[in-house]
Amino acid sequence: MADVRDALMVGKTSDGKLVRRPLSPHLQVYKPQITSALSIFHRVTGVALSVGTLMLVWWLVAAATSDAAYATASGFIGSWFGMLLLFGWTVALWYHFCAGIRHLFWDAGYGFELPTVHLTGKLVLAATVVLSVLTWIVIFAVR
Amino acid sequence: MADTKGPEIAIRRSMLGRARGLGAAKSGTAHWWAMKATSLALIPLTLWMLGSMIGLQGATRAQVAAWAGGPITATLLLATIAALFHHMYLGVQTVIEDYIHDERPRIAWLMVAKGVAWLLGLASAISVLKLAFTG
Repeated sequence: MADVRDALMVGKTSDGKLVRRPLSPHLQVYKPQITSALSIFHRVTGVALSVGTLMLVWWLVAAATSDAAYATASGFIGSWFGMLLLFGWTVALWYHFCAGIRHLFWDAGYGFELPTVHLTGKLVLAATVVLSVLTWIVIFAVR
Repeated sequence: MADTKGPEIAIRRSMLGRARGLGAAKSGTAHWWAMKATSLALIPLTLWMLGSMIGLQGATRAQVAAWAGGPITATLLLATIAALFHHMYLGVQTVIEDYIHDERPRIAWLMVAKGVAWLLGLASAISVLKLAFTG
């Protein structure tokens, strides 16, 4: 017996004829566009931030464990490699933050016109750069 | 498309029978709302966390403990942890469901993701509580 999903691939045209539903073209046949690229960035930064929570958890657990554990954790975070991770993390955070707000506007029903979509996409990218640079200026200023 | 015979329905079932059990009409709305609610909560909480972490650069463990152990800070930290790990799991769940098509590995990976999210969240929450209660 055929897979039940085969039955779901059968559709009906408006004149009642049975047709096999076409498969939508996938990523590799599309020209990259700002819309699709930003959507992919949102997912990639989300996954990267998920991995980044490990450092946050380590820092919290170390603070609750002992002075030695905290010294190890803060020593790693303050090392050049830790700072590099933190830098990537702040950029990913600001992108995900701004693109997430853009998503919330879409969910509320705003900003679907193509020129608006392109404009807000560019705004998200610009805001990511500005906020990341500002964050690191503040980080070094407070130090 | 050399097939001139056209497609046939391999399994004869009613429209309802075909749709039943396959749709997303059971938990999709709750997932969507939880994503929105945690996103909204994380807007102020993330800004607060980022600002606090920048202020805590170079702090000793005792200073971090004094900061994290305050009742308001501890409350906000726990709220951040809950919203963050819930939001994280919902996102990772979507990624797993999109890319892992076979049911067994998909369910296995979903369980792993949920377990990791719970463990990380619990470890963070316990740490905050320990700092709040014992310093």
